[in-house]
Amino acid sequence: MAKLNLALYWASSCGGCDVAVLDVNEKILDIAAVADIVLWPVAVDGKYADIEAMEPGTIDVCLFNGAVRNSENEHIAMLLREKSKVMVAFGSCAVSGGIPALANFKERDEVLKRVFMETPSTVNPEGVLPLTRCEVPEGTLSLPEFYKYVHCLDQVVEVDYYVPGCPPTPQRIWDVVQAIVSGNLPPRGATVGATEKSLCDECKRIKQNKKVKRFYRVHEIIPDPERCLLEQGLLCMGPVTRGGCGAQCISANMPCRGCYGPLPGVIDQGAKYISSIGSIMDVQSPEEVESLLETIADPAGTFYRFGMSTALLRGANR
Amino acid sequence: MENFEPKIIGFLCNWCSYAGADLAGVGRMQYPSNLRVIRVMCSGRVDPTFVFKALSEGADGVLIAGCHPGDCHYTDGNYNTLKRIPLMLKVLEQFGVEKERVRMEWISAAEGSIFAGVVKEFTETVRKLGPYKRNGLERGGKVG
Amino acid sequence: MASGKANDAVFGAEVPSAAKKLRELFYSAHFIHSHIAHFYALAAPDFVMGPDADPAERNILGVVGKVGLEIGGEVIKHRAYAQDIQAMLAGKATHPVWVLPGGVSKGLNQEERARVEQMAQSCVDFSQFSLKLFEDVVLKNKGYVDLILSDGYRLVTNYMGLVDDDNKVNFYDGKVRIVDPEGVEIGKYSPSEYLDFVNEHVEPWSYLKFPYLKKHGWTGFNEGKGTGIYQAAPLARLNAADGMATPLAQEAYEKMYDTLGGKPVHAILAAHWARLVELLYASERLLELSRDEEITSDVIRKIPEGTPSEGVGIIEAPRGTLTHHYKTDEKGMVTAVNLIVGTTNNHAPIYMAVKKAARAVIKPGMEITQGLLNMVEMAFRSYDPCFSCATHAIFGELPLKFVVYNSSGEICREFQRTQL
Ligand code: SF4
Ligand code: SF4
Ligand code: SF4
Ligand code: FES
Repeated sequence: MAKLNLALYWASSCGGCDVAVLDVNEKILDIAAVADIVLWPVAVDGKYADIEAMEPGTIDVCLFNGAVRNSENEHIAMLLREKSKVMVAFGSCAVSGGIPALANFKERDEVLKRVFMETPSTVNPEGVLPLTRCEVPEGTLSLPEFYKYVHCLDQVVEVDYYVPGCPPTPQRIWDVVQAIVSGNLPPRGATVGATEKSLCDECKRIKQNKKVKRFYRVHEIIPDPERCLLEQGLLCMGPVTRGGCGAQCISANMPCRGCYGPLPGVIDQGAKYISSIGSIMDVQSPEEVESLLETIADPAGTFYRFGMSTALLRGANR
Repeated sequence: MENFEPKIIGFLCNWCSYAGADLAGVGRMQYPSNLRVIRVMCSGRVDPTFVFKALSEGADGVLIAGCHPGDCHYTDGNYNTLKRIPLMLKVLEQFGVEKERVRMEWISAAEGSIFAGVVKEFTETVRKLGPYKRNGLERGGKVG
Repeated sequence: MASGKANDAVFGAEVPSAAKKLRELFYSAHFIHSHIAHFYALAAPDFVMGPDADPAERNILGVVGKVGLEIGGEVIKHRAYAQDIQAMLAGKATHPVWVLPGGVSKGLNQEERARVEQMAQSCVDFSQFSLKLFEDVVLKNKGYVDLILSDGYRLVTNYMGLVDDDNKVNFYDGKVRIVDPEGVEIGKYSPSEYLDFVNEHVEPWSYLKFPYLKKHGWTGFNEGKGTGIYQAAPLARLNAADGMATPLAQEAYEKMYDTLGGKPVHAILAAHWARLVELLYASERLLELSRDEEITSDVIRKIPEGTPSEGVGIIEAPRGTLTHHYKTDEKGMVTAVNLIVGTTNNHAPIYMAVKKAARAVIKPGMEITQGLLNMVEMAFRSYDPCFSCATHAIFGELPLKFVVYNSSGEICREFQRTQL
């Protein structure tokens, strides 16, 4: 069989998705045996010029991680889309904005002002801000444009498959690679590398009776290591999150933060979570409800930790 | 803002509030025509997704109305409503949306005039708030 | 880890001693993973394959091809060990969810401890092997040694790094020590005092700020005594400290400075050597901690009681001193954040190093080859190949653009190595 052309790219990303690919460990050599990696900025010395020169469709599969925050991210997304037969949104940032998209709670100008003017270590009496074009003695320097929103990949180009996770687990990455190599992919638009059921389904904790009188933040309680965390009042996103990660965070005694994204058919993970924890609150009167809600310090930030780009209510720049 | 006619979506439970609305209609009580009614079997059926979707797709305000606590046709559907909606309002506020755009009310089948009053008052509230701001996903301006 | 420590400070939390040790154990494993990846995947191609090798070969796979599959396997295995240890404790190796104000969420049982000990021992051996490899491939090759010590790869600045009470390198805890270009201590601070020592400058042509020493002020992109510019990361840490806290690493440390002509070393390519010295230290520390009696203790958390307000946490990230500063309301909700992350410290030095390397490598009348351009990039790679840690505005691959001027200032050639 002819070798596949594979490209990996990071846009507005933390690098963790690339590290996760390295975490397939010795299997990386197996990948190299069946695929030529034509672009992988973190690990392989390749050039954009080579990509530009390619005929459309030369790249068989592009794994694109990171969100789209600026014009450069978008430019490369479009370039890679043009050259790739299959475009994969890889990791929570590309799938739904991820952590970078939490910035959508703030307006773009607030972000810039905070970073370049207000932070206590910054000395900037003249109020200098980065410019997309700037004249210096040596010539003109340009910077990408800093966008108003943090977008996920399918808000700027067409995406064929989605691999959720922050980062996706190495085991799941390997599954996805195998599916790609064998050509055994589901219909376009599908989420791969995750299950169709909720994380609770694969979580081994003892589930008895989900009724909660108060919620705890993670630093406020030392939970029983055997019992369901949500039943103990920790805001575990398991009920509305796709399985597939092997309940990693749960194994470290911490609640799921929802990085594998919403269950199939759910369009807004946060909204679904509101609905599901509404039904486990063990209170009746409006006053009791109010005081119970006091124990949830940051609902929006918690429920949309990885999904701000796809949130129906979009945030401050709306 | 004078000419602004808010669009309001009303999720009314079949057994109480929808009947209440009916009564208001039958009784020819005057209330603004800004409300578009969606009948649901129970207020407990109103997932916050419905509300967010309504706002993101054209509504300026959302009314959720169900049976009085204790009277729900399905026993405790509206207790779920009572717990969910306040949490949803907290989330709305964090997203920078005025929480006055979403209103939860208990209206029985006999309370046609209360229904009319609520709609009137709520329409005015939303009218004062102005249209729900809803931009496209434009990429947005140059730096500096 | 830095955010965890900043949270300890915000909540005024006491951290049980076993939890501190577990965090350091975890963090040693993190260094092992990161340093192995940086050295073998990002630096070794330049040395093992040669700076002017075909770019298609000049990568980790090329290295494996050259040094042998067996060694490649060892590289992968030990990096995997380090990742396993992190996942064992923190659920996941990347983005661990485990550090909490007042401790950690999960401990180590006897059986896991024994596994860690075994892996740590193997990592110590592997680190020694890596140093040996560096010696054989790089130090025994006069061309490389000359390159390392050449002027084009020399940058004379202040240095910064976290040290313990004995001024030995520490990654997890201690005070930040700053030395001047002659190696004389000019400052030492606890996390909460960072604003007295470090400031940041803004340029309109970069989204990333330029930190400098407050004491000297922003002196522009200038090196030498009196400059406000400092460097962080492996070489800087070694320069800023008096030694390593573990015996084998100390030996390697001494050897490095003996070979390179004493402290401080300004040769930026020596960072790769320093990285391996640190790899050995991290491995030894991991081994020590895995044998610590307290490491399997279940006293690993204390729920914080104080009212949260403000706090700073500092650790050494693999690529430099990492500072997190949070202000919160009385519920502990963050109201303001300031971060100075690893690579940001080296922002100005990176520009300076690239410029110097370019000046040294590109000479009038010379045919400019991909190999030469790569040699300029090497200056960058000794700091941080993954620049996106610090800013999302720069291209993942180096977008260096070369404009060659003739002596009267006219552009005579202009080209890019990585075009967009
Ligand atoms: S999904 Fe997570 S690991 Fe991947 S780039 Fe985004 S933040 Fe990093
Ligand atoms: S809520 Fe969380 S802890 Fe409980 S069963 Fe689901 S995933 Fe497990
Ligand atoms: S437990 Fe939840 S947050 Fe953690 S990795 Fe799995 S899906 Fe992501
Ligand atoms: S049926 Fe009316 S609220 Fe449930």
